[in-house]
Amino acid sequence: MAKEYTRPVSMKDVRTHYCSGCGHGIVHRIICEVIDELGVKDRTVAVAPVGCAVLAYDYWDFDTTEAAHGRTPAVATGIKRVLPDRLVFTYQGDGDLAAIGTAEIIHAGNRGENISVIFVNNGVYGMTGGQMAPTTILGQTTATSQYTRRPEKEGYPIKIMEMMAVLPGVTYLERTTVTSPKEILTTKKAIERSFRTQIDNKGFSMVEILSPCPTYWGMSPSAAMKRIRNEVTKTYPLGLIKG
Amino acid sequence: MKYLTTGNEACGEGAIRAGCRFYAGYPITPQNELTAYMSRRMEEENGIFIQAESELAAISMVFGASVAGRRAMTSSSSPGISLKQEGISYIAGAELPAVIVNVMRGGPGLGNIAASQADYFQATKGGGHGDYHMIVLVPADVQEMFDFTYEAFALADKYLNPVMVLADGMLGQMMEPLEFDDNIKPSGEVAKPWALTGSGGKRGASVKSLFLGSGEKSLEAHNEELQKKYNKIKKDVTQVELYMTDDAEKCIVAYGLMSRVARSCVDALRKKGEKIGLIRPRTVWPFPSGQIKAIAGRGVKFLVAEMSAGQMVEDVRLAVLDDDRVSFYGRMGGGIPTEEEITKKVRKI
Amino acid sequence: MTKKRTKLSINKERCKGCLLCIEACPAGAITISDDVNSKGMKYIVLKKEEKCTGCGMCFMMCPDLAIEIKFKEEE
Repeated sequence: MAKEYTRPVSMKDVRTHYCSGCGHGIVHRIICEVIDELGVKDRTVAVAPVGCAVLAYDYWDFDTTEAAHGRTPAVATGIKRVLPDRLVFTYQGDGDLAAIGTAEIIHAGNRGENISVIFVNNGVYGMTGGQMAPTTILGQTTATSQYTRRPEKEGYPIKIMEMMAVLPGVTYLERTTVTSPKEILTTKKAIERSFRTQIDNKGFSMVEILSPCPTYWGMSPSAAMKRIRNEVTKTYPLGLIKG
Repeated sequence: MKYLTTGNEACGEGAIRAGCRFYAGYPITPQNELTAYMSRRMEEENGIFIQAESELAAISMVFGASVAGRRAMTSSSSPGISLKQEGISYIAGAELPAVIVNVMRGGPGLGNIAASQADYFQATKGGGHGDYHMIVLVPADVQEMFDFTYEAFALADKYLNPVMVLADGMLGQMMEPLEFDDNIKPSGEVAKPWALTGSGGKRGASVKSLFLGSGEKSLEAHNEELQKKYNKIKKDVTQVELYMTDDAEKCIVAYGLMSRVARSCVDALRKKGEKIGLIRPRTVWPFPSGQIKAIAGRGVKFLVAEMSAGQMVEDVRLAVLDDDRVSFYGRMGGGIPTEEEITKKVRKI
Repeated sequence: MTKKRTKLSINKERCKGCLLCIEACPAGAITISDDVNSKGMKYIVLKKEEKCTGCGMCFMMCPDLAIEIKFKEEE
């Protein structure tokens, strides 16, 4: 049966600043589709990070605020505690969540805050020029790992999701990607499950989405998607981690 | 009703009575009694108490609660307030109401846990980045710990600005009578039509501090609006107590705990016939430069007394514009100038 | 009898030439133009409209919502 594919109502009709082939555009659209389908646009308050997605509020047609770098889960905690019947989610990159914000994400999970976290992992710091992130994989060259990431000097890629799985307050964790329509649909289902977990007051949930950064991986968008499929998933396996 | 309580707890009760129903904080001496008090009182009033993972997280939780439209507060002491500076700058830039309590201790670094006034620069000259100001209230006794905190929320809401209650470890710990009407209601306008509560994008990202646009959407334009606000605050909010200054030839300038020692000096010296007065700022931002300038115009000499290496003295010098007439006496690292020390110094000027 | 068919439309100004749609299209119906949009980016065009089944794979991969697939009435 023929189906329509159109801009979600929650997504503003503007050109985004994201690079050609960046995963943010796909993830933004998926989130907006889920919000439309759940009918919660008028009850959503999102928290944008510091990172390439700092201007996410220019693209989403629902209430969005900003946070100091890394404090996104703390801001979301403040909002959700005051407005427990709203859909409150954070949207964070690997600097915001896995570097400067490590304490905040762990403790929001530890307190079992009833929020949803969308973690976009592209293994670099895009906004500031492609520096190494805590999620940069071994052997990857970046602006601050110019001799590649070596365990003895730069340490290992950090697996926040696996670390958070031990916390009793954390209900649902899944890692997905956006490399193909099939994976995109899986991501959409995961985001919906995370939002439903929150709506049903079941506790903290997070979806980690392996995303391409063609610009700072130094490759075409198509090659970047291939890199996720063939290399990144070896360090960050896809699938359900908890729940 | 009259109570006997500590400054820390009086501050907490002042917040509760002002309608504060969100508190996030982290333990640090000498304000732990305030955090513990809020842990109990917030729950009694169906408010929200969170012991955050750090002072960094706490200020951002206050940002979130404030964005969502609730009267929110955090408290800490000097090193923890250093951690909050980025968050305070964000609150000021996003024009959100919030109350931050600093119960000062000795510094720099880990310092000690004794009372101090060495965070004056941090509170009044920035501390965080960018062209912003906090309204800074400086209570001098347990009653004012309640009154000033109570008023802080109304000021924060009225001006959409962070407000600091700047106290010190001794004020926090000392016990004195506190009196207030048990039926007191929150002051000022509590409703917040601008809050982000889920409006389907109608209010959108109206609360933010990032301005990358041009023209009237530029950061410059935003800063011009902020400066207009600060100028209005300077006109309307400055508060100072002038004690026996009408015929004074010498004035001690002191705030907070220091002002109590200074007041004793003034009383004792007046009995001996000396024409001496006390200028006690109740706000140090905005600073009562106008009032000090007016008194300076009569040829008065000033002794600024602080529990620091000399921070407020610079603002007094700027107001008087005659360095020969402004002297300083202070003690650092938790030392508190005594009545004898100040009396000796004021006789010399 | 009217048949409901879908029609693919492309917003060339939104397209950033990432080519992910071309790779995803099972019918090989999309190609990149030689022309550039006002941002100086080459944009995609439907090269074989009759081959497009409206499956939506291109829409799903597109990070920029440059493609939409809508119903149109057809005899």
